[in-house]
Amino acid sequence: MAKQGAKVGVITFPGSNCDADLRRAITETAGLQLVEIWHKETALDVDAVLLPGGFSYGDYLRSGAIARFSPIMENVIAFAQSGGPVLGICNGFQILTEAGLLPGALMRNRDLQFLCQDTVLRIEGRETPFTRNLPGLDRTYTIPIAHMDGNFTADADTLDRLEGEGQVVFRYVGGAPNGAVRDIAGISNARGNVVGLMPHPERRVDAEVGGTDGRALFTSLASWFAVAAA
Amino acid sequence: MKKVRVFVTLKAGVLDPAGKAVEGGLRHLGFDEVKGVRLGKLIELELDDGAGDERARIDQMCKKLLANTVIEDYRIDGAQ
Repeated sequence: MAKQGAKVGVITFPGSNCDADLRRAITETAGLQLVEIWHKETALDVDAVLLPGGFSYGDYLRSGAIARFSPIMENVIAFAQSGGPVLGICNGFQILTEAGLLPGALMRNRDLQFLCQDTVLRIEGRETPFTRNLPGLDRTYTIPIAHMDGNFTADADTLDRLEGEGQVVFRYVGGAPNGAVRDIAGISNARGNVVGLMPHPERRVDAEVGGTDGRALFTSLASWFAVAAA
Repeated sequence: MKKVRVFVTLKAGVLDPAGKAVEGGLRHLGFDEVKGVRLGKLIELELDDGAGDERARIDQMCKKLLANTVIEDYRIDGAQ
């Protein structure tokens, strides 16, 4: 894949509410070209796809269960399967698990409460387009969560495989506030091109509004494209 | 028109915090015989009569959308 002037698609579903922040992170933080995509579209002419947080379809039935069948998703799935970088944040992560692009499921928070707070994360596991050069760095990232269903779960075999293959990419330091098994905050697929996490890096890209720890994911994507183009 | 019911429940072994909360509530009311509560969903489908392979189609509905088989089981009630 290219790319000078890589194009990043941000998909808006009915009920998405973090797409504006994500668009800003792509243009201002990463300096990449933005393509705004409504979920009813089907054409996907981009170099990366981002699924924002929010409450698509009111979280009816299960978080992400209905958005997973939006018209654009057929091409998102094909794009992911061809190795294209895909990032799902919060509701986007839920959509990716419902679509079968990431293993496991995100259940109701252990204490049945909506959680809106900062969390401290470690970035580990394998490198991905969104965590280029970040795993293993001796530092943590303070990034907020805001969700009702972030309690990641998977069967024991799947968990062992995720750990063994370095697919646990984000982990809560000091325990998962939502009860997520093994303190998992985010994972990648086996190939490493599809990543999902519950915390909101797009809400921490500006020192004026809380901090800049979230910038790393977006600058990582920019540098991943720069290397791919070289 | 006929009605078919689909029951979606968490798989055995999957923690059910809402069920635990209800269990605690019942105990608090003095129902000490309650040793466990699991919550689930009841989904009522209204279907055209006489559709062929009804059960197979409802099975597909469950697998594709109504249940997340990573964490949930389902049971179909009243289908041919």
